[in-house]
Amino acid sequence: MSTAAGEGRTNYLNAASSVKSWLLTVDHKRIAILYLVSITFFFLLGSIFAGMVRVNLLSPYGDLLQAATYNKMFTMHGITMIFFFLIPSIPAVLGNFLVPIMIGARDLAFPRINLLSWYIYVVGGLFTLTAGVLGGVDTGWTFYTPYSSTYSNTNVMLTAVGVFITGFSSILTGLNFIVTIHKMRAPGMTWSRLPLFIWAQYATSLIMVLGTPVLAITVALVALERGLHIGIFDPALGGDPILFQHLFWFYSHPAVYIMILPSMGVISELIACFSRKRIFGYGFVASSSLAIAVLGFLVWGHHMFVSGQSVYAGLIFSLLSFLVAIPSAIKVFNWTATMYKGSISFEAPMLYAFGFIGLFTIGGLTGLFLANLGTDVHLHDTYFVVAHFHYIMVGGAIMGFLGGLHFWWPKMTGRMYPATLARAAALILFVGFNLTFFPQFILGFLGMPRRYHVYPPEFQVLNVLSTAGASILGLGYFLAFIYLLWSLKYGAVAEANPWGAVGLEWEIPSPPPTDNFDKTPVVTHEAYAYDEVQPHAAPEVSRV
Amino acid sequence: MWTGVRFLPERASTMAGQVDALLLFLVVVCVFFAGLIFVLVTIFAIKYRRRSADEKPRPIHGSLGLELIWTIIPLALAMVMFGWGAWVYISLSTPPADAMEIFVVGKQWMWKLQHPDGHREINELHVPVGRTVKLTMTSEDVIHSFFVPAFRIKKDVVPGRYTTAWFQATKAGEYRLFCAQYCGTSHADMVGRIVVMEPSAYEAWLRGGGMIESPAEAGARLFQQFGCIGCHLPDGKGRAPSLVGLFGKKVTLTTKQTVIADEAYIHESIVDPQAKVVAGYAPIMPTFKGLINEDGLAQIIAYIKSLGTDQKAKAE
Repeated sequence: MSTAAGEGRTNYLNAASSVKSWLLTVDHKRIAILYLVSITFFFLLGSIFAGMVRVNLLSPYGDLLQAATYNKMFTMHGITMIFFFLIPSIPAVLGNFLVPIMIGARDLAFPRINLLSWYIYVVGGLFTLTAGVLGGVDTGWTFYTPYSSTYSNTNVMLTAVGVFITGFSSILTGLNFIVTIHKMRAPGMTWSRLPLFIWAQYATSLIMVLGTPVLAITVALVALERGLHIGIFDPALGGDPILFQHLFWFYSHPAVYIMILPSMGVISELIACFSRKRIFGYGFVASSSLAIAVLGFLVWGHHMFVSGQSVYAGLIFSLLSFLVAIPSAIKVFNWTATMYKGSISFEAPMLYAFGFIGLFTIGGLTGLFLANLGTDVHLHDTYFVVAHFHYIMVGGAIMGFLGGLHFWWPKMTGRMYPATLARAAALILFVGFNLTFFPQFILGFLGMPRRYHVYPPEFQVLNVLSTAGASILGLGYFLAFIYLLWSLKYGAVAEANPWGAVGLEWEIPSPPPTDNFDKTPVVTHEAYAYDEVQPHAAPEVSRV
Repeated sequence: MWTGVRFLPERASTMAGQVDALLLFLVVVCVFFAGLIFVLVTIFAIKYRRRSADEKPRPIHGSLGLELIWTIIPLALAMVMFGWGAWVYISLSTPPADAMEIFVVGKQWMWKLQHPDGHREINELHVPVGRTVKLTMTSEDVIHSFFVPAFRIKKDVVPGRYTTAWFQATKAGEYRLFCAQYCGTSHADMVGRIVVMEPSAYEAWLRGGGMIESPAEAGARLFQQFGCIGCHLPDGKGRAPSLVGLFGKKVTLTTKQTVIADEAYIHESIVDPQAKVVAGYAPIMPTFKGLINEDGLAQIIAYIKSLGTDQKAKAE
């Protein structure tokens, strides 16, 4: 197989250049790029909403925004970031690009359905954007009834339709991955040789396929009640508002694992590569992903400990929530053990992996305070919860996404980014993130409720710190955005295997040809066999 | 009291110390594990940093012993956390007997509270120190949540049902009351304060209001006014069952099912009378939905309670 990528060689990027060749492509790699562009757009949008929230909270009196506007900002921040950025981020971008290549296939099982899922995502996004342009929505991303179904006079319907539609894109992506991983692995790519990134995508896909329909049903029921006054959730119409919470969290708690599991998969790849070691306890790391996917479906009630659900339900959901923490702990211990006696280098992707371990550990451990019945009563619906889930979703999921993006960027684009700037950005993001969200743990413990447009003055100092952190965080994202864009044109040309990594994706040129492999590869080694396989392009040139 | 930066919330109820002790235990365990990971990652990153480009570390596949250790120890600690938390939660969910009962209605965007003697307050609740207070709560519109950080209590206030919470304040002072469940535009303004007073001061405060109709008295008046009394004759000879001694009793329905006549059942029977009809009676009662507000419904329930309660059934 070829090793270095010549400038003139035909690859998936320069194979065709018309707009039509992009919009009608069925190449999984091009679809990944389409997703990357679209989720970046929604990430920018969601960040602007977050910025408005943080600036407003500089003052206890809500000087910047009116209450109604503030409520729309945090609502649209949540909806945009969760449904249009985080959920599709790793699966639809890195997963789309890498799942076929990592298992030695030429494309996903259903390339046209793959393209369809992007169009569905875009249509859902347009509905939600329209809702935003027409004045926004103020229900919180959780759409709690009967506020959303009866009382809110904002654009709930349009947003709900947007979320409903986008869900199908997730379902189709999940379905595509499951079938691909089952049916299209190259000869020799047994289940026990799968890269852990693939195991994580597989577990995520199961949740997408099994969980998302429930969200669609729930949102449809809200729309029925709102549009046709059919009593489902509003007690004034004979409904039960707590029923909504059961249905909503049945999807939305597993959705947290849709966001974090793929990141865990990325981290396994990064730590193995930059420690030049097999992952310690491969079987445990792989099966813990499945354990999380299964147990994750049984813990939704921990969002409802103060909702009025029965004490016995609370006890069972708390017990199960503690159980789901164990597989995550197993992963963290195994990653740490992988570094033992390794050969550790500090490239930018590895810095993101370090950041991930630190932030995810804090995010995971603070989850114990919320799984715990005794402490959750006090901490529920306060800033403690906000801090906790941002440690998981930003500290975990986004750090993982950025780590993966920096790791595979040379493969996807054929270009290297400036390494020093990339390390600096990782560091800035880590500092900015902690300054933004750590004070919120304390705010929550002190009792500051979330979703407050104004707040008592004793909370101001910590809020100012948090906003200061958010501006540093914003700077880090901006920096990464700029040098990644810059590298597309001016970055050094990437080799096939710039990191000296093992894995099928590193055995083909950067960027890969449209068909990925000239001939179907035969796999003879386990994943991460850094001791057995001499990486094809050992990094003889010093890496920028 | 409300100015300056602090890092610990005030502790002003009998449960606050118990919640904080549990919280401290969690903090200690979590700091230990986070510290352990942090130290190990740092040590490994320094000690095993790559010294030459062609380094090839010896592979380690794993260790069943280690996997078991770092599964079982966290699992055991998690079970301790669960058990302790469950114990605190059950205490928080079980009001002690002979509590002073305060009735709470949440509505966009205010708290309405009523004392047993009929005193009403808005966004403010005066209570005596050292006395157990039970809150029986419902909402007139969307879901709210009654949150007093200094007492470490929080409970959602849900339309169409009654939820309860309780506290016993341990020191006099003013404590913030928040709505913790997002309830619409002015959610952040749905705040108030709990004024905890020495018992003598509380008595004086109560007297300050003059003669006030108690909830049961108001309920009796509504019972007349809405004509309930025409059918619900006290001797049981009317077209509807007698309500004397009803509260807390087990009632058999036309479907042969039984139901405890608690606040939720009586509430439902007023706004949706056909839902659960008592065996032996025709479903002839009209609905009073929209005619009587939540305050009025609570007063009627208070009146029915005053007609005698079945303590035995209630204690179950």
